Amino acid sequence: MSALTLERPRSLKAALASLAADPSLMPIAGCTDVYVGLHFGTTPERRFLDLWGLKELRGIGVDGDALRIGALSTYTEIIQSTLVQQRVPMLVAASREVGGAQIQNRGTLGGNVANASPAGDTLPVLAAAGARIVLRSQSGTRTVPFDGFYTSYRNSIRTPDELVVAIEIPRLQGRQWWRKVGTRRAQAISKIMMAAVRGTDVRIGIGSVGPTVITATQAAAVLSGGGSIADAKAALLSEIRPIDDVRSTGEYRATVAANLLEQFWRET
Amino acid sequence: MRFTLNGKSRTVNAHPMKRLLDVLRGECGLTGTKEGCGEGECGACTVLLDGVAVDSCLVPLAHVAGKKVITIEGAAATRTGKALQNAFVEQGGAQCGICTPGMILAAAPLTSHASFDEIRTALAGNLCRCTGYPAIFRSVQSALKASKRAR
Amino acid sequence: MRRKDGDAKVTGAAKYIDDLTFPGMLYGATVRSSIPRGTITARHISLPDGYTVADHRDIPGPNYVALIDPDQPCLAVDEIRHVAEPLLLVAHADKDALLHLDTRISIETRNGTPTYDPEASDVCFKKIAIDKGDLDAGFKAADVIVDGEYRTAHQEQLYIETNGVIAVPGDGRMTVYGSMQCPYYVHRALVVLLALPPDKVRVVQTETGGGFGGKEEYPSILACHAAILARKAGRPVKMIYDRVEDLLATTKRHPSIVRHRTGLTRDGRLTAMDIDVIMDGGAYATLSAVVLSRGVIHAAGPYRCDHIRIRGRAMMTHTPPNGAFRGFGAPQTLFAIEAHIDRIAEQLQIDPVRLREQNALRPGDTTATGQQLGRDASALAVLRDAVKRSRFHQKRKAWAGTNRGIGLSLFLHGSGFTGGGEVKLASKASLELTPRGARILVASTEIGQGTRTMHAQIVADALGLPYDAIDVHEADTAFVPDSGPTVASRTCMIVGKLLERCARDMRRRLGTLTPAQYYKKHGAFTVTSQYEPPPGLQWSDETYAGDAYGSYAWGCNVVELEVDPVTFDVTPLNVTAVAEIGKAIHPMMAIGQIEGGTAQGIGYALTEEVVMKDGRMANAQLTNYIIPTPLDAAPMDVGLLERPYAHGPFGAKGVGEMPIDGPAPAVINALRHCGFDIRSIPATPERLMRARLHHGFSKAGT
Repeated sequence: MSALTLERPRSLKAALASLAADPSLMPIAGCTDVYVGLHFGTTPERRFLDLWGLKELRGIGVDGDALRIGALSTYTEIIQSTLVQQRVPMLVAASREVGGAQIQNRGTLGGNVANASPAGDTLPVLAAAGARIVLRSQSGTRTVPFDGFYTSYRNSIRTPDELVVAIEIPRLQGRQWWRKVGTRRAQAISKIMMAAVRGTDVRIGIGSVGPTVITATQAAAVLSGGGSIADAKAALLSEIRPIDDVRSTGEYRATVAANLLEQFWRET
Repeated sequence: MRFTLNGKSRTVNAHPMKRLLDVLRGECGLTGTKEGCGEGECGACTVLLDGVAVDSCLVPLAHVAGKKVITIEGAAATRTGKALQNAFVEQGGAQCGICTPGMILAAAPLTSHASFDEIRTALAGNLCRCTGYPAIFRSVQSALKASKRAR
Repeated sequence: MRRKDGDAKVTGAAKYIDDLTFPGMLYGATVRSSIPRGTITARHISLPDGYTVADHRDIPGPNYVALIDPDQPCLAVDEIRHVAEPLLLVAHADKDALLHLDTRISIETRNGTPTYDPEASDVCFKKIAIDKGDLDAGFKAADVIVDGEYRTAHQEQLYIETNGVIAVPGDGRMTVYGSMQCPYYVHRALVVLLALPPDKVRVVQTETGGGFGGKEEYPSILACHAAILARKAGRPVKMIYDRVEDLLATTKRHPSIVRHRTGLTRDGRLTAMDIDVIMDGGAYATLSAVVLSRGVIHAAGPYRCDHIRIRGRAMMTHTPPNGAFRGFGAPQTLFAIEAHIDRIAEQLQIDPVRLREQNALRPGDTTATGQQLGRDASALAVLRDAVKRSRFHQKRKAWAGTNRGIGLSLFLHGSGFTGGGEVKLASKASLELTPRGARILVASTEIGQGTRTMHAQIVADALGLPYDAIDVHEADTAFVPDSGPTVASRTCMIVGKLLERCARDMRRRLGTLTPAQYYKKHGAFTVTSQYEPPPGLQWSDETYAGDAYGSYAWGCNVVELEVDPVTFDVTPLNVTAVAEIGKAIHPMMAIGQIEGGTAQGIGYALTEEVVMKDGRMANAQLTNYIIPTPLDAAPMDVGLLERPYAHGPFGAKGVGEMPIDGPAPAVINALRHCGFDIRSIPATPERLMRARLHHGFSKAGT
C-alpha cells in the first residue's frame, strides 16, 4: 500500500499536465477494474492519477448531430439518461448487463474504453454505432473513430499522455439490437456479445471472440448487399478468432456468434 | 481524510488508496461490512456512498472525502433500513448472515413500490449461498410493504 | 419463532472470525506446492527479522491431520501429492509483509507423474460391497437390460465467508477460534498434533458464514497450521484465506463415475440392479471412506428390487483432497440412478412417473442393505404430491417437441451418521437450569441452518417454557459436551432428540416448580443425555447389511426449464420440491433449507464447474466459478409433508442435506424431454451444444 501513490488533480488541465510530466501514471476513475487487478496482484502500476473528481469529464449531451457522453458517465447514469434511451437503446441494454448495481454505480464508459478488454460490455455497441473517441492531451484534442482504436490485445492508439475524455455517437438510423451471452444473468463476464444496427447499412460489433472487440465489416457487407444469412455467417466466422478459456470454448463462441447473427437478422 | 460515517463526522488518517472496506473494518472498527471476494463479485462489502450502493472493496478511501457513508451499523437510520433488518429476521432472509449486511444495503435504496424485477435487479450484485434467494426476495418485499404502511 | 442469531446478523453485531483481533496478534500464511506431484529437494528461505517460519519439524506430535486415516500430513516432509500441499508456514505482524513470499522463499522439487483419472489410479482409499438377493437370478428374470454410465464433477461449497481461524497460545495451552462446523473434530486434530492433553486444548466456534460441508473437516488442518505458528511465535496468529486460496486449497465435492446395469420386466418392474460407483478422493483419504459409504447406500435410489449388487471404490488422484459437501456422496449416486430411470422409461416407453410409482419403496419393503422400512417410507406420497402440484403430465404433453422441458427425480436421504456411526459417536447433549429457564449446551454449530433456534424450540416445547426462556451456549469445547459433528442432517434428529430427553428429565426434576423457584430453592443443575440407538437397529460393517440409518427423509423434484436455441442457455422456469421430513420444527427455516439446497443443486446441474488444469483449479475466482445470482434464481414451490418418525424430536427427521440430491437429475431429465441426451454434469451450454439432439425442437414453448 505504501508503495502506491495517488495524484488527485483538481481540473482536467492539471490532470493532463501531470500525465504529460509522467506518462507512466495510470489514470483511474470508478476503480471497478483497477482494484480487482490490485487485489490479485495483476496490476503492475504503482502510480495512479485519479480522474473521479473531474467534472469536465461528466455529463451526457448533444453536440451537433452526435450524442456526446462524458468519459466519467457511469453505467447507471447512462441507463437513466433519456437522451441515451432515445438515441442508443442498445447502449442502455449493454449497461444494464454490466456486473450488478454496485458496479453500474461506479464503472464508467470511459473506463470501459480505456481498459481495452475484448470482453468490455459496451464496446460492441460502440463498434456497431460507429462511435468516435475523443482523446485529449496537453498538446490538444483529437477525435478518432472507434474502428481501429484498438491495435492488439489490451492496446489502443491512445498515447500515454492522452486521456479518453468523451465518446461521441452519431445519430443512428435503423433498428438497434444487443445481446450478451454471459456465464450467468448478472455479475458475468461475457462469453460472447453482439451489438448490431440494421438501417440502410448494417453495422455489427462483436466482443469476446478475439484479442480486441471486432467490427464485423464483412458479415455486415453481405447482409447490406442482400446476401444470404448463410453467407453472412460464413463471413462472420472468417472475421472472428474465438479461443478456449476457463469461461467457454472457441467452438461454442463460433457457433453462438453465428446463431446471434441469425437472431439479429430475424428480430430486426 | 474527512467524511460522514453513519451520520457522524469522521476523520481517518490512512493511505488514500486504501480500500474503503479496510478503513471501515480497521480504522473505524466497524466489522459489520464483510469481505467475500475482494473483486466486486459477491456484494458482501456493499455500503451506501451518498445513498448509492457500492462495493467498498473497490472504492479508494480518497473517493469518500466529504461524502456520506452508511454501513450496516448505521442502516437502521435509513428510510427502509429498520424494516429491512426486521424482515430479514422474520422472513428468513438471513441464514448464515455473512451476505446479509450487503443485501440489506443493496436493498435500502429501493422505493416502497418497487416491482419484483426491480428488487431482483437491485440485488443482482449480491451473492447468497444459503437461501437460493426466494427468502431474501420475500424479506425485501415484506420490508417495503411495512415501510409503506409506516408512512 | 424469531431466530436466535437473527438480530445480531442484520445489524452487523455478529462477530465472525475475521472480525476478531487479539493483542500482539500476527497474521499467518501458508506456502504451498505449485506442482501436483513430486518430492521436495531443497528449501531456500531468505526472510528478514520479524517473520516466524515453521515447517514439519515444529510439530510436537505426529505429523498428520487426525480424522479417519492418518495419511494427510499437516505440513509436507518431502512428498508432494497435490498443487496446494502445505509446505511451510510464515507469520508476521504486518499482513502486507506476507504478500509476495514467493520472491523470498523458493522450494526446489523433483516432479513426479500425476494421475487425475480415478480409474487409472493404483491407490484405493476404500472399497465397499453391498449384496442383496441373487443378481444372476434377477437378470434371468429380466426381459430388458438397460446400461448406463453417469458422471458428476467437482463442486465447490462456496460459503461466502472463507475459511479462517485464530490460534491463541498460552501456558501449555492452545485455544483456537474459528469458522467451523465441528469443534470437536478440530479439538481432536489439535490434541494429536500438539501432543497435548484434551483439557489443554480449547476450540471455540465463531459465527460461521456458511459451511455446506466445506467447514466439516477442512478447518482441522487450518487450525493446526495456526496453532503451530502461534506455538512457535508465542503470540496469537490469525489465518484467513482469501477467496483464491480458499478455492484452490480447500475440499470440493467428490467427482464420480457411476455405471448401472439394470434388469426389468417388460412392464417396468425392476428385477436386478448392478451398480458400480467410483469416487475421486483427491490426494488424501480425509472423509472419502464415509462419503463413498453414503454414496453406495443411496445408489439404488428409492426403489424396491430383490436382487442388487453395488460395488464402490474411492480412489486417490493428485488433486487437493475432496471432502464433505451437503449430500455427502448421495447427490452423485442419486444423480446416476435418477437419470438412468428416465432413460429406462424412454427405452420401455413407460411414463417416468408410472415407472417410479411401480418401483418406489413402500412401508415394509427392504432397501439395498436389507433395511425394512417403517410407515414413514414416503416415496409415493412425495412423488404424487409433486406431480400434482406441478401439473407434470399436462406440461409433459404440451411441451413435447419444444424447447421447454419438464423432468422429475425421486430420492431419499438417510438422516444421521451411516450404519454404526452414531453408536460410535455416542454423542452427548446437556441442559443447564438458569433462573429464567434453561441453557442448551451442545457442540452443534449454528452455520445458518438455524441450529440454535430449532434446538431452543425443542427444549422450550419439551419443558413447557416460552422459547425466549431458553438460551444457547456458544459451541466452545471448554463448556459444551461432544455432541458429534454438525453434519449428516443429524443436528435436529439426533442432537435434537438428546435435548428433548434432557428437557423431559429436567421437567420431571422441576416437579411443580418454575425454573426461577427451583433455582432459588436448590440452585442450578445440569442434565446430560447420551445417544442410544433406537431399539432393534442393527448394522454390520463387514457385510454392509442392516439398518443403514435410523430413518430416511423423502423428496421429489420437478424441474421445468427452457433451452435457448441460440445460446443453449438453460433457464429454470420453476422448481417444485416436495419433502417428507417427519416434522418441520420451524417450517420457515425448513423451507429455507430446501430452497437453498435446491438452488445449490440447480447450480450443480448447470453452471458450477471447477475447471481443473494440471491438477489445479483454473477458475479459482468468484467471477469464474458460476453460482446463481439473484437474477438466476429459479422460482420454487416447496411442499412439506410430515410423517413423524418415532425416534426423532417431535417426529422430526433430517432436512439439511436432502434438498441437493434431486435437482440435478430432474434438470437432466427435463433436458432429455427437450431432446438432449446428457449423462454428465454440469450441463453447461458448451456441453449442451455438443450433445446430440435426437429430435430438434421444432416449435417454441408456450
